[in-house]
Amino acid sequence: MSALAPFAAPLAGLGRAVLGALASTGRLAIFAGQTLSHLLRPPFYIREFLAACLQIGWLSLPVVGLTALFTGAALALQIYAGGARFSAEAVVPSITAIGMVRELGPVMAGLMVAARVASSIAAEIGTMKVTEQIDALVTLSTHPMKYLTVPRVLAATLTVPVLVGVGDVIGIMGGWLVGTGRLGFNSATYLKNTWEYLEFWDVGSGLVKGAAFGFIIAVMGCYHGMNSARGAQGVGRATKSAVVGASVAILAANYLLTEVFFSA
Amino acid sequence: MIELQGVTKSFGSNHVLRGVDLTIPRGESMVIIGGSGTGKSVLLKCILGLVRPDGGTITLDGQDVTTGDRDAFLARFGMLFQGGALFDSLTVWQNVAFRLLRGALKRPKAEAREIAIEKLRRVGLGPQVADLYPAELSGGMQKRVSLARAIAAEPEIIFFDEPTTGLDPIMAGVINELIREIVTEMGATAMTITHDMTSVRAISDRVAMLHGGKVRWTGEIAEMDTTSDPYVQQFIHGRPDGPIESLR
Repeated sequence: MSALAPFAAPLAGLGRAVLGALASTGRLAIFAGQTLSHLLRPPFYIREFLAACLQIGWLSLPVVGLTALFTGAALALQIYAGGARFSAEAVVPSITAIGMVRELGPVMAGLMVAARVASSIAAEIGTMKVTEQIDALVTLSTHPMKYLTVPRVLAATLTVPVLVGVGDVIGIMGGWLVGTGRLGFNSATYLKNTWEYLEFWDVGSGLVKGAAFGFIIAVMGCYHGMNSARGAQGVGRATKSAVVGASVAILAANYLLTEVFFSA
Repeated sequence: MIELQGVTKSFGSNHVLRGVDLTIPRGESMVIIGGSGTGKSVLLKCILGLVRPDGGTITLDGQDVTTGDRDAFLARFGMLFQGGALFDSLTVWQNVAFRLLRGALKRPKAEAREIAIEKLRRVGLGPQVADLYPAELSGGMQKRVSLARAIAAEPEIIFFDEPTTGLDPIMAGVINELIREIVTEMGATAMTITHDMTSVRAISDRVAMLHGGKVRWTGEIAEMDTTSDPYVQQFIHGRPDGPIESLR
C-alpha cells in the first residue's frame, strides 16, 4: 500500500476530474431532454422564436457565406494541386462539391455559428441570470425554459441547415470562381461536372448535420447561460464554456454522424 | 396569510436558514431586517419557489406552496427586485405589461399598453418613457418601472427586495412613499427585506429580525424602538459593538 501512496493524490485528482466531467455531461443531457419535452408542450412563444430565427439564421448569413466562399476556393486549389500528382485534375468540380456539401459546409457553418451564436446566447442568458431577470420571469408566471431556451433551440435547429445549404452553394461558387478564373476550367463543364456527380444524400446528410449542430449550439449556449456563476467573471466563463463545448461537440457529432451515414 | 414553519436551507456547509418560523397576516406590511448574508433574500425566494427549502413548511392561506397549480400561485404575487430585473430587450411598457401580454392574464395589446401607461403614471412616470428601453433610464426610474411591473396585474401579495438600495435619499423616500401608498390602496399583503431603517419605518406594520438563520425578534413597528433585545437595538442604531459580530 505504501508503494502506491505517492500516486494517491494524482489518482484522486484524476478521479475527481472524470467524475466532474461525467456529472457535467449528465446535467447537460438532462437539460437537453427537458428542452425537448418543453418543445412539445404549450405555451409557445412565436415572437421570441421569430426573433431568434433572425438573430441566429439571418444575421449569421454574412459570416457563414464568407467562410464558405474562401473554404470552397481553397478546397478547389488543394484538390487541383493534389489531383495533379496522378493526372486527376478533372475531379476538381465534383470533389469540391462533395467535400463542401458533405463535410466542410456543415462543419464550417456549425463552427462559425457556434462562435457567433453560442457565445451571444450564453452571455445574454448569463447576464439575465446574474441580474435576476430569470427569477423575474418565474415570478411573472413564465417558464424560463419555454421563453428563453425553446425558441432559441428550435430556431437554431431549423435555421442552421438553411445556412448550411446557402453555404454549400456559396462554397461551390468559390470553387467555381477559382476553377474558371485561375485553373483554366470551362465554366459550363465545371458546373456540369459539379451537378452530375452530386447525389441527393450528399446534400441531405449535410443538412441533417446542420440541424444537429444547430441543436448543439443553442443547447450549449442556453445551458451555460442558465448555469452562469455570479458576476462578470461568471458570465465570461459561461460564454467561453459555451463556445468551447459547442465546438468540440460539433466535431464529435460530425464524426458520429459521418460514421452513421457513410460507413459501409 | 403566509406561514413559515421550521424552514431550513443550506448551501453546502453554509447553513443559511436554520428553522425560520414566521407568520405574515393578510393585508399587513411585514419588513424583514437583518445584516447582509443572513438569508433574507433566500427566505423570500423560498416562499416564491425560486429556491427549494431543505426542510420545514411554507403555506399560503393554509395550502402548501410546493403543491397545487404553480401558475395560479404565482399569479397572486408581484415582486420588486433589488436591481429592478427589467428585461433589457423589451421596452418599458412591455416590461410593465409583461404578464398582461402572455399567459392566463393575456389582454389585447392596446389594452395592455393602456394599463402599463396607467401603472407608470401611478409610480410618477409619464407616457413618454413607455417606449424607451430600461438601459435609457436612471436607477431611480428603473426602480419605479419595476414597481409598476410588480403591481400591473394587481397582485394580492407583493414582495420588495431591498427597494431603496443604490438610490439617493430623496429618491429612496419617494420609493418608500409609493410602496406605502400602493400597498394601502391595493390592500395587498407586503413583505419587504431591507437594512435601510428609514424604509422600515416608512413601510412596515410589523418587523421581523433575521439573525443566525432564525427569526430573532418580531413585533409591531412601534415596539421596535422600545424592545430590550440587544440584537435589534444594535442593528437599528447601527452600533459596531454588540452581540452581532462585525468584520473589520
